Amino acid sequence: MSHYSIEAVGLGKRYQIVHERNRYETMRDRLAATFTAPFRQAGRLLRGQPAPGAAEEFWALREASFQVRPGEVVGIIGRNGAGKSTLLKILTRITEPSEGHADIRGRVGSLLEVGTGFHPELTGRENVFLNGSILGMRRFEIARRFDEIVAFAEVEKFLDTPVKHYSSGMYMRLAFAVAAHLEPEVLLVDEVLAVGDSAFQKKCLDKMEAVGRDGRTILFVSHNMPAITRLCPRTLLLSGGRIIQDGPSQQVVGTYLSSGLGTTAARVWNDPAQAPGDEVVRLRAVRVRAASGEATDALDIRQPVGIELEYEVLRAGLTLHPHFTLHNDEGVFVFSSFDQDPAWRGQTRPAGRYTSTAWIPGNFLSEGTCIIGAGLLTAPPQVLRFYERDVVAFQVIDSQDEDTARGGLAGRIPGVVRPRLNWQTQFFGANGHAVALPAAAGQPSREASL
Amino acid sequence: MLTEVQARRAATGEAPVLRIEPSRGWSALRLRELWEYRELLFFFVWRDVKVRYKQTVLGAAWAILQPFFTMVVFSLIFGRYAKIDSDGLPYPIFSYAALVPWTFFATGLQQATAGMVTHANMLKKVYFPRMALPIAKVLAGVVDFSLAFVVLIGMMLYYGIVPTINTVWVPVLLLLALVTSLGVSLWMAAINVRYRDVGYLVPFIVQFWMYATPVVYPASIFPEPWRSLYGLNPMAGVIEGFRWALLGTDTAPGPLIGLSAGVAVVLLVSGAFYFRRMERTFADVA
Repeated sequence: MSHYSIEAVGLGKRYQIVHERNRYETMRDRLAATFTAPFRQAGRLLRGQPAPGAAEEFWALREASFQVRPGEVVGIIGRNGAGKSTLLKILTRITEPSEGHADIRGRVGSLLEVGTGFHPELTGRENVFLNGSILGMRRFEIARRFDEIVAFAEVEKFLDTPVKHYSSGMYMRLAFAVAAHLEPEVLLVDEVLAVGDSAFQKKCLDKMEAVGRDGRTILFVSHNMPAITRLCPRTLLLSGGRIIQDGPSQQVVGTYLSSGLGTTAARVWNDPAQAPGDEVVRLRAVRVRAASGEATDALDIRQPVGIELEYEVLRAGLTLHPHFTLHNDEGVFVFSSFDQDPAWRGQTRPAGRYTSTAWIPGNFLSEGTCIIGAGLLTAPPQVLRFYERDVVAFQVIDSQDEDTARGGLAGRIPGVVRPRLNWQTQFFGANGHAVALPAAAGQPSREASL
Repeated sequence: MLTEVQARRAATGEAPVLRIEPSRGWSALRLRELWEYRELLFFFVWRDVKVRYKQTVLGAAWAILQPFFTMVVFSLIFGRYAKIDSDGLPYPIFSYAALVPWTFFATGLQQATAGMVTHANMLKKVYFPRMALPIAKVLAGVVDFSLAFVVLIGMMLYYGIVPTINTVWVPVLLLLALVTSLGVSLWMAAINVRYRDVGYLVPFIVQFWMYATPVVYPASIFPEPWRSLYGLNPMAGVIEGFRWALLGTDTAPGPLIGLSAGVAVVLLVSGAFYFRRMERTFADVA
């Protein structure tokens, strides 16, 4: 007898893509079909069958089998369309599987979106009750945790204001606060952290972490690799509707990033309409460049790394602030950097194509995977035109050579950066006077290029 | 609830297991589950009632204005000019007594049908027994009905109509209207998710159905046995019943109402099964 919280066996979901038919031979056929169609359609309707047509089968999820033990926090990653959301929708009973089955033990709470059912005309207080009850909370539970929810959302003063007058930040905070106070034994979460400002995102992550520590079972779908590695010890990687890897998050995220399934050394948007941005500016490409200029996804720790943002300014006359963020594979936000090129500082930009490249010095980053997010602000007033996380990723490789920060030492060296600093060691001898060393020992010429 | 679950687990040594698997053919109605979600049903009704007249100047007065002005227009056209028979009653109260339950039925049907589409996002993002949505939409109409009913009582006083003991049947007749409205709504709502044609069809249905129902004329214009067969339209039973219970029309509509009740129940049960059959694809096609 199993004691899994979630046990999925061969889950699959088939969709039918119906193409418009266009095979009428003559006008008479077409007319005849037009008149008989409603009757044929009505028959199908009664039997609950889908409309005919050149139906093409498409499996959004196939043969998904896995087990989750009580208290486990499991991440689910994969590209858009890999089947992550379909899997979650099946487990939350929003849609039925086409094959296979799953058993879930304990009360299930799901969070596919924050603020589901929020009504703009209702007040904050009313929406807490409405949304809580939609998420499956009992009225007494909501009442009991009401003060906690409101305190978490920081909207005490506006409780009796219709939420349509809330700022988007307040709205999101209140919506997440309700969800965060669900008390299910099994929690299924989809990408809800992709909202709000960074301070709020951090708060959400902290809350998720706390929920995980409470011993609840959590399935967490996300594109946010740092969040995945931070929250989930174990991760499932989906590709093309199948689970292709199931293991420790570090390893699975590494596979995802390096296998070309996820982010890579260069990402180019060929269709401007699909690219991040708006009518003012569009991101066209992000590349990781080695000192030689070639795009690369693996660099020696001693080499500088260029992060190149290519973008198109569609509306002239604004000051642009391209920037990027760097996270490591443990989810730590290492730093962000804004374009400081003096040639354009405070200058408005004519329309056209640009690249902005920032050079991260060698002997500065730590070894491992670095995940880059690219953004662009315009001013004044400050407007974030886009911020695309996890656009590219590259590996920093530390050699065992002596001219690195490692200095020939073996083993793991902790820390999010690994700058090679200029160390000076003086020997004072037994009597406290500086002693000159033999000439062969020190060559202080190769200091860090920071 | 968590403690409830824990208690149950302590008692049985095992947490409740939810099995998720494909369903085939006609499925059970799962009324027990619907009952477990009664609080959500309450919140849906409460939300609809609260929100319905938000940001309107006249607010809940709309619940009265609609049937009232329809009654005024009908009284002028059908009562004064067309001189349609009204079972010996003043035409205004004759038609208003029919318009109150009719408006309840029609509004419920329209709201419930549209509700599946306006709340499509909710269907795609969270699980709850789908039937709670149309049920809530129809139930929310009871508030409007009550307001309009108060005006009906006022009109009875004005025309000096003394209520009889038969008034006690009004709640039963309201229930019959509710069952009819919900039955048709379940059919329409389920089809509407996939075929938005229904959104255009329902206003026509409501219009034609009203003229097929004794709203502007009495059922007594038909001789027996056709009059009793008129009960095949359940709203005919509801409206003839209302006039009989409140206004004391002499046609005790026994067989007519019996037939209506039967048809209403068939509509509701078949609608519920059809809805359950279709609901498994709602999230995919909504």
